[in-house]
Amino acid sequence: MTKTGFVGASKSVLVVGGGHNGLVCASYLARAGYRVDILEARSAMGGGAASSDFAEGYRVSGLAHILHSLSPQVRSDLQLDAAGLETGDSIDTIALDKAGQHITLGIDTLAGGDLSADDIEAYGRFKREFIGYAKALEPLMMNKPPRLKDMDRRDKLTLAKLGWQLRFGLGKDSMREFLRIGGINIYDVLNEVFDSPLLKGAIALDAVMGQHMGPRTPNTVLTYLHRLWGETHSRPSLPSGGMGSIAKALERAAANAGVSMRTAAKVQRILVVDGAAVGVELESGEQLHADIVISNADAKTTFLKLVDSSEFDAMFVHRVNSIRANGDVAKVHLALDGLPKIVGLSVEQLSQRLIIAPNMRYVEHAFNHSKYAEFSENPLLEITIPSIADSSLAPPGHHVMSISASFAPYALKLGWETQRDAFMQRVIAVIEQYAPGFGAQIIAREILTPVDIETQYHLSGGHWHHGEMAIDQLFMLRPVYGAAQYDTPIEGLYLCGAAAHPGGGLTGLPGRNAAQRVMRATEWRP
Amino acid sequence: MSKPPPNADLTPLPDYRQVLQPSPFHTRLVEHCPLQNWMSWNGYQTPRVCDVLASEYFAIRSTCSVMDLTPMEKYRIAGPDALKFLNRLVTRDVGDLKAGRVTYVVWCNDEGKVLDDGTLFHLRAGEYRLCAQHHQLDWLLLSSIGMDVSIQAETHQVAALSVQGPTSYALLTAAGVVGLDQLKPFGILHTRLRVFDLMISRTGFTGDLGYELWVEPAAALSLWDALFAPAQQGLFDVRVIGLSALEMARIEAGFIVPGDDFNTAETTVRADHDRSPFELGLDWLVNFDKPHFTGKRALLRERARPVMRRLVKLRVSGNKPPMDSFLYDAEHGRRIGTVKSQSWSPILKSNVCLADVGYSNGLVPSQIWAEIYYQKELEWRATWAECFMSEKPFWAHPRRLKTPPRNF
Ligand SMILES: Cc1cc2nc3c(=O)[nH]c(=O)nc-3n(C[C@H](O)[C@H](O)[C@H](O)COP(=O)(O)OP(=O)(O)OC[C@H]3O[C@@H](n4cnc5c(N)ncnc54)[C@H](O)[C@@H]3O)c2cc1C
Repeated sequence: MTKTGFVGASKSVLVVGGGHNGLVCASYLARAGYRVDILEARSAMGGGAASSDFAEGYRVSGLAHILHSLSPQVRSDLQLDAAGLETGDSIDTIALDKAGQHITLGIDTLAGGDLSADDIEAYGRFKREFIGYAKALEPLMMNKPPRLKDMDRRDKLTLAKLGWQLRFGLGKDSMREFLRIGGINIYDVLNEVFDSPLLKGAIALDAVMGQHMGPRTPNTVLTYLHRLWGETHSRPSLPSGGMGSIAKALERAAANAGVSMRTAAKVQRILVVDGAAVGVELESGEQLHADIVISNADAKTTFLKLVDSSEFDAMFVHRVNSIRANGDVAKVHLALDGLPKIVGLSVEQLSQRLIIAPNMRYVEHAFNHSKYAEFSENPLLEITIPSIADSSLAPPGHHVMSISASFAPYALKLGWETQRDAFMQRVIAVIEQYAPGFGAQIIAREILTPVDIETQYHLSGGHWHHGEMAIDQLFMLRPVYGAAQYDTPIEGLYLCGAAAHPGGGLTGLPGRNAAQRVMRATEWRP
Repeated sequence: MSKPPPNADLTPLPDYRQVLQPSPFHTRLVEHCPLQNWMSWNGYQTPRVCDVLASEYFAIRSTCSVMDLTPMEKYRIAGPDALKFLNRLVTRDVGDLKAGRVTYVVWCNDEGKVLDDGTLFHLRAGEYRLCAQHHQLDWLLLSSIGMDVSIQAETHQVAALSVQGPTSYALLTAAGVVGLDQLKPFGILHTRLRVFDLMISRTGFTGDLGYELWVEPAAALSLWDALFAPAQQGLFDVRVIGLSALEMARIEAGFIVPGDDFNTAETTVRADHDRSPFELGLDWLVNFDKPHFTGKRALLRERARPVMRRLVKLRVSGNKPPMDSFLYDAEHGRRIGTVKSQSWSPILKSNVCLADVGYSNGLVPSQIWAEIYYQKELEWRATWAECFMSEKPFWAHPRRLKTPPRNF
């Protein structure tokens, strides 16, 4: 391309793991001329974005069931629409109330229940304000986290943009407010703004679902903003065919870009010679060589299992070993012989995102159990019935229900082996309180505890985000200091999954940012 | 005499007034310490000076000295990954350290700054002892993540004496130790003396002929008595020494003490107040042609940059002690460093010291002067003394290397 020469084209890349981020990363690189192979351990691509047939004739999204934050930049860069991406019907959130006074939370509108005019007005203001904050953080989301020492030009640019966004994007008063609440907890903030316990419970759920945090845990404003980032550009939706159809579109886009993909190809170890990654060894013993290895697996899997820990400095290994990445969410899949009868909800409303978090006290109590390695007696639930919009997911007249249930701590005191049914019973019992007779409608059921997620999705700890989104594990500390800019202490080894900045959810951003990092590191010879 | 229960003498006393712990040699040690000049070494009651400092020093250099080494931090390292663990821990290649051999090592943090130094004993095939200046258990455990290795602190489970000086070989032989004649420097001998097992290593901290003796605490007093038996017959001048005499000898020998001569990385808060092996003049301990070790990447980067400072050995002219002195580059009139440890060397008739000296752009300062403050009858005076850099240790007597040693 110039006289310094484009060397990317001659570089071969192995991507360990075909989660959505692995697919995105691979596609970017292949489009830039790299020769890319993805090795996925499971029988299908997509990782947490795959669909799963949990009972004959019943299909759900295996882990992630709501698409709420896919990056528009990724979508257009990779021409995902041309590859058949369909995000599906957008949905609102309905916070369920036992007495039928449910409330519907739109992007900045509220409806239903016995809400006061003050709350309705405050909600619009609150959401616009918070979406503004989430937008202000965009320069951080879209770039590698800046190093604070030895910054390069890009880092300075990122910080400059961030500063500009905070100061001028938000304006002085908003910026001051943002700095005030940035580090505190959602509990205090919501109590300042709203009256309705149900409304506060619903927002608190978004701040803590997927984390080992309760509404009173510091840092839950940040996790809420992270969750909200998707709403800066699109509305949450339920893709038809389940999340696997998103994975399929990504897979097609990757294939179009020239990426080769192998499933049932579990990487046993990453080969390192003289401190540089040179390839991988599969479980079968087969060895593959490449100039660059990119791991879509979580940090503990990558640095403690796939690479011999003695290849790293001791403190680095200690940091990785100390990452808090134990999941707290179980996935429950139910096959139903008909639609559940939730008091006061129409069929149209049943097809939305239903949540059970009646107040913040409930949420905090649910979390209390997790602190002591017990599952919540009354869990928080995020429920979807995707078969309402997409009848192909269940036999005629039947339905599937997909539930994310918290808190279900990975390291359960009594062990999940004997407790998984008990927790599933609690989930069903909670729903039963809103939909009498619900239990009798269930024909088939499945629960994936964090331990199951760990084994089935090759994700140590089974954590939603591949690691807590706490302030000490974010930005330039994600997943750990020393590997926070996608590159790692091992030359030629990169991270591209949710373990890396900016974390989990189906955004595609870790994959995109990692690809850019790889290109910058290898594209041009000085 | 009935045998004391194992470790009886080590059980910490419940008495809150017992600030310092007595070592297993304590009852004998006190007989040699009329000064009662005690200090704490790792929590043990340790003599600073036993009787007369000059006599203790000359016991090291001219006859034979005995020092209680029990308080030294000791760790037992074993298991399938023991060697892998150690080679990843330390900067030098210990892959070829044979069973029965000892070597000097340092280890660094991820930034390539020295955490501590010590001696590594390959006791028996696959079984190691690491002796350290400071407590290292946390770092060792942290360094063992992902490895199949057992690490045990054994400071209190091993009693040790250091026997150093030209007549140490003769004394030990006279005390009944068999097999010392073939023991090379940095070698280990497993033997029996009287009724107990004894391990002897030909190691020390004095730059002279000397040995370190290792036994179970229960055998400590028997070992002591065996050692002093020839002396009691008037055959040898054996002297118990305290840490002050050792300090003089080790500075002469050019050995560094982490925490005194440089700030250990773990205790350093301020940027650039810690030191790499290169900055300590320990380049020979860093081996880049071995499996990865902690700090390697940082040290590779450092090696590519010019040398910024060195811990150097300086002979200081005059007779004023260069204690805590500032050092100046006389050519450029700049302050370039400070004296760390210093001592009058009676045998060299000179002041000697270890000093942290800045090199500008990797250039060794050609003329170094020390600014010395001293008192005369309670009045402060200042003077200047020229310093001369010494590449070699000030004292390293060839007799320390001879096998068999001379039977003085
Ligand atoms: C219960 C639950 C519910 C969730 N719900 C939502 C939701 O509704 N919406 C949302 O946006 N997000 C949701 N998430 C989060 C989302 O699923 C993840 O953040 C996302 O999947 C991360 O994508 P990824 O590509 O980085 O990693 P993953 O999706 O985890 O993919 C990693 C891939 O690497 C593979 N792999 C690992 N090790 C190896 C190896 N050694 N060899 C070969 N392959 C390997 C794995 O098999 C996997 O396919 C949920 C998560 C959980 C746990």
